[in-house]
Amino acid sequence: MKKVFSRPRSLKETPFHYCPGCGHSVIHRLVAEVIDELGLRERTVGVPPAGCAVLAYNYFDVDMVEAPHGRAAAVATGIKRILPDRVVFTYQGDGDIAAIGTAETIHAANRGERVTCIFVNNAVYGMTGGQMAPTTLLGQVTTTSPQGRLARREGNPLDLSQMLAVAAGSVYIERTSVTSPKNILKTRKAIKKAFLTQLEDKGFSLVEILSPCPTNWKMTPSEAIRWVDESMTKFFPLKVIKDAV
Amino acid sequence: MAKKVLMRGTHVLGEAAIRAGCRAYFGYPITPQNELPEYMAAAFVKMDDAVFLQAESELASINMVIGASVAGARVMTSSSSPGVSLKQEGISYLAGMELPAVVVNMMRGGPGLGNIAPSQSDYFQATRGGGHGDYRTIVLAPAYGQEIADMTVAAFDLADHYRTPVMILGDGMMGQMMEPVVLPEPVDLASLPSKDWLLDGCAGRPSRIMRSLWLDPPLLEELNWRLARKYEAITREIPDQEMYLLDDADLVVAAYGTAARIAKGAVHRAREMGIRVGLYRPKTLWPFPAEALAQMSRSIGEIIVFELNIGQMVEDVRLAVEGKCGVSFYGRPGGVVPTPEELARIISSTYHKLESRRHGGADISGEAGLRAVGSV
Repeated sequence: MKKVFSRPRSLKETPFHYCPGCGHSVIHRLVAEVIDELGLRERTVGVPPAGCAVLAYNYFDVDMVEAPHGRAAAVATGIKRILPDRVVFTYQGDGDIAAIGTAETIHAANRGERVTCIFVNNAVYGMTGGQMAPTTLLGQVTTTSPQGRLARREGNPLDLSQMLAVAAGSVYIERTSVTSPKNILKTRKAIKKAFLTQLEDKGFSLVEILSPCPTNWKMTPSEAIRWVDESMTKFFPLKVIKDAV
Repeated sequence: MAKKVLMRGTHVLGEAAIRAGCRAYFGYPITPQNELPEYMAAAFVKMDDAVFLQAESELASINMVIGASVAGARVMTSSSSPGVSLKQEGISYLAGMELPAVVVNMMRGGPGLGNIAPSQSDYFQATRGGGHGDYRTIVLAPAYGQEIADMTVAAFDLADHYRTPVMILGDGMMGQMMEPVVLPEPVDLASLPSKDWLLDGCAGRPSRIMRSLWLDPPLLEELNWRLARKYEAITREIPDQEMYLLDDADLVVAAYGTAARIAKGAVHRAREMGIRVGLYRPKTLWPFPAEALAQMSRSIGEIIVFELNIGQMVEDVRLAVEGKCGVSFYGRPGGVVPTPEELARIISSTYHKLESRRHGGADISGEAGLRAVGSV
């Protein structure tokens, strides 16, 4: 019988610890599939963040170094500059990349570092228990915006991907989601294109993936998926934000 | 014999680093150490296998250092006091992930923005770990141009050998001063011990993880004890000090770096006055070379600790002598650099206080002395 589905080689056999309905497991798998497809497993170094995906090194079967919170783009820069023929990717949440790591990310993009960022946006700080994130939507209730985010009080959500598109060194930036088989396939395609952008030495690439967080949103997994589709995409529309490949 | 060249301290450090095999430098401008990154930029642009990058911040630069170290390079960053505060986050991660790197601090006056004059305000920060978590950083304190060269080479070797960050602690004056130096021979990179832990893609081997996160307390405790054993070994193996004119000394001045050079001049002047005084100069600040000081404490009257701050190393001196001899302190913080004459006067008054105490006479420098003068 022909085998049609199996665990990607670039994923270890460790069961994921992620909550039911969380997007990380799917996104891990997509990144691993792309690494396999492009034959990069033995020349890839991954940089997971502080956040829910901090344990990504337990799942990816590639070399992984954990970065301090927000500094993944700087750590990736150091690795890539020393090993320019390797493939370096970061895997970061919205708090990591768009709040504490904003400076590192913008400057890495502007320098056109040949690295790929996988930016998982769930509009909340997940691992610390659901605090307001830079990407939290207006009106969204979190543990630190208990009355709902108000622009005048908590400030507006930040569209980091749009900001990065302005940087001269960024080459490919796309926003996708993992809320349906169609969106998952689109995400896979975007991740592949981002890795190819790096392989072809074009510049900085990033895929922002809108991802459900039922636990901290206090929703069922299906409600969370609907909330991504109906609410998150209003402020964070799914599209190719920059393609200068 | 190798030729002597006349170079400023920062350039000596940069050239010695390159000759020690440093192939990556990440930094952010701050006075008074800018001549070092400028030297690295000019040198590395001509080398095919070297990386110079001016980062957007000290935070970014120390994290680039982490990346380059993970990838196996001999890597260095440099800064001055306020910038080194920002680097402490990354230094803690370097210690936790057991990554080699060389961090240079050309200290200036503080706290806050302070000023750009030479100071020794960061002794505590350097020797107590500096960042969060239970760790230590090897701290080397050169005092002379030649020592900058030699200690820079040693710093890279120690960092690799112990897999730990090493700090070179200097100051603005040391960085600027030009002195004749014999530069080290360039190291053959291929001759350096291979790193069986680096991350370069898992070709032909199992994938590796580099992390400082250990959620399970017993596992983190294990890391902490492993680090503790490493720090014990370092404390046994590398403490180093200069003992200058100490054989017959009644009185000792303890000082490091630029302060020690001033102290040496003061010791010469005091000797000319007939005072038996010597200099104890730690060359490693962590581990602090306590043993030789502890032995000396039984035979001497007093140790004057002289620092360009309000009193930091003096605590290590007190811990080393455990009350067996007197310890006093003289300091000039804020970037003020006193002359050897000024310190010689302190030595002289301390000496005469000791002498009069020893001979049971009146302490003419203290309150009793003033009263005595007043009654004449």
